[in-house]
Amino acid sequence: MFGIIVELFSFPFVVKALIVGGLVSLCAALLGVSLVLKRYSMIGDGLSHVGFGTLGLAAALGIASPLKISVPLVLLAAFGLLRLSESGKIKGDAAIALVSSGSLAIGSIIVESKGLNADLTGYMFGTILAVGGEDLYISSGIAIAVAAAYIFFYNRIFAVTFDEDFSKATGVNVKLYNTVLAALTALVVVVGMRVMGALLISGLIIFPALTAMRVFKNFKSVVVCSAVVSIVCFFSGIILSYVRERATGLRTPAGASVVVANLAVFLAFTAAGIARRKLKGRKRR
Amino acid sequence: MSVLTCENLCVRYDAGLIIKDLSFSLEKGDYLCVTGENGSGKSTLMKSLLGLLKPQSGKIALNGIDRREMGYLPQQSSSVRDFPANVYEVVLSGCLNRLKTPFYTKRDKERAREAMRLTKTEKIEKRPFGELSGGQVKRVLLARALCASEKFLALDEPAAGLDSAGEAEMYGLIGEQNRERGVTVVMISHDVKTAARYANKILCLGGAGASFKTAEEYGKNAEV
Ligand SMILES: Nc1ncnc2c1ncn2[C@@H]1O[C@H](COP(=O)(O)OP(=O)(O)OP(=O)(O)O)[C@@H](O)[C@H]1O
Ligand SMILES: [Mg+2]
Repeated sequence: MFGIIVELFSFPFVVKALIVGGLVSLCAALLGVSLVLKRYSMIGDGLSHVGFGTLGLAAALGIASPLKISVPLVLLAAFGLLRLSESGKIKGDAAIALVSSGSLAIGSIIVESKGLNADLTGYMFGTILAVGGEDLYISSGIAIAVAAAYIFFYNRIFAVTFDEDFSKATGVNVKLYNTVLAALTALVVVVGMRVMGALLISGLIIFPALTAMRVFKNFKSVVVCSAVVSIVCFFSGIILSYVRERATGLRTPAGASVVVANLAVFLAFTAAGIARRKLKGRKRR
Repeated sequence: MSVLTCENLCVRYDAGLIIKDLSFSLEKGDYLCVTGENGSGKSTLMKSLLGLLKPQSGKIALNGIDRREMGYLPQQSSSVRDFPANVYEVVLSGCLNRLKTPFYTKRDKERAREAMRLTKTEKIEKRPFGELSGGQVKRVLLARALCASEKFLALDEPAAGLDSAGEAEMYGLIGEQNRERGVTVVMISHDVKTAARYANKILCLGGAGASFKTAEEYGKNAEV
């Protein structure tokens, strides 16, 4: 098995893809904490479907670097979805479901009618090893910028996530930070979609945060833990999928393996959380 | 010098006008107690003063304090249940309006410690906020408000849910901030008798229209 892993890392394009993937996992986990706590998880999910539509569009237009189309369109969608869920007048989650199935449908019609069927699964489930060229650099740049922005705004993001009214009263522009959050999410979704696929990227955003919250009860630990969990799961998912494919010859999609790794850790942390509460309860008595 | 002047203030929700034509002013170091029955618009007034709600008409003028320098203790914390944050993190977030660099300074952290000492919340510093009792929550939120401002405190029913000793302590602590540090206080409370011991102005909201009195006037009326 060790030999197979060494072999995997001996391809330069694999190493590059893994770097991008690792960065994306980090960003997704950081943002995920706020998204889950603000009940914006659905926005992430909706955006990934919009992203799928834009990838279809880019393919149909024959654009080699689809990020140039996806980034602006998904950003726009993020602002729209944020407004919808803030206004609270129309049912926000229903509106998101509307937008996501709409763009999924349009995307697949474009893809099918242009005979791009082969790409379809790639868009849905990710093509980590196919990310290359310009997109690779754009992706890494975006991911690094998102992580830096998150650290820079960490304390404000905490305050705005925790108590909007109080933050507003002390002069924080809550609307601006919500918009920043939505924009960062849009960027991570677009970049992550190439790696993980449109259907799996929201797993990368939501799982690590939920996992960390099973065990940790303060914000900083939750953020750190979810970042670590996300990166560890990403690499183990990729490595295990490669090892399994080489050892058994069975096709093992990388993106799905990463989500499965996240699921396994989530279950383990849930068990650990329950065990800890039981232990504590016994001590108190 | 009045720090806060409220002129012909009207605030409405979709359902209707909640505050009609309210005028009053506060001097530096005043302690205003706002009372009135449930739904009379006390919290609504406070949110307008803080700039969280836009008044329909009328004016709220601040003098010598910035909108950012108002410490707020909300009646209900708008935070999610089970939010993963411990007491220290919540208190420290009160220093948000001072944040210049991305991170809190040593002085901010000292301020948070001092606020926790005053509100007797040091012992629960590491406890998750979501697991606190109602009274503990109020103390922690007061500590956060103390971090936010040394000039102006807006407190929405700070003593609700406290035991009688805790209530006395809470009022004592707020009174001390008011007397010794010259903090201007606006406090909502249903317990007018106790509140009147500390407050020098009393605003009563209600169906019959608002009445704004000094504590002495209020005391005289009560005796009659
Ligand atoms: N977000 C809102 N949208 C519409 N109406 C509201 C909203 N918040 C409050 N109201 C209405 O405004 C009125 C005043 O509410 P407010 O919360 O200011 O009362 P209050 O005096 O603080 O009462 P309490 O003593 O129960 O805290 C109530 O009739 C309430 O139904
Ligand atoms: Mg109220």
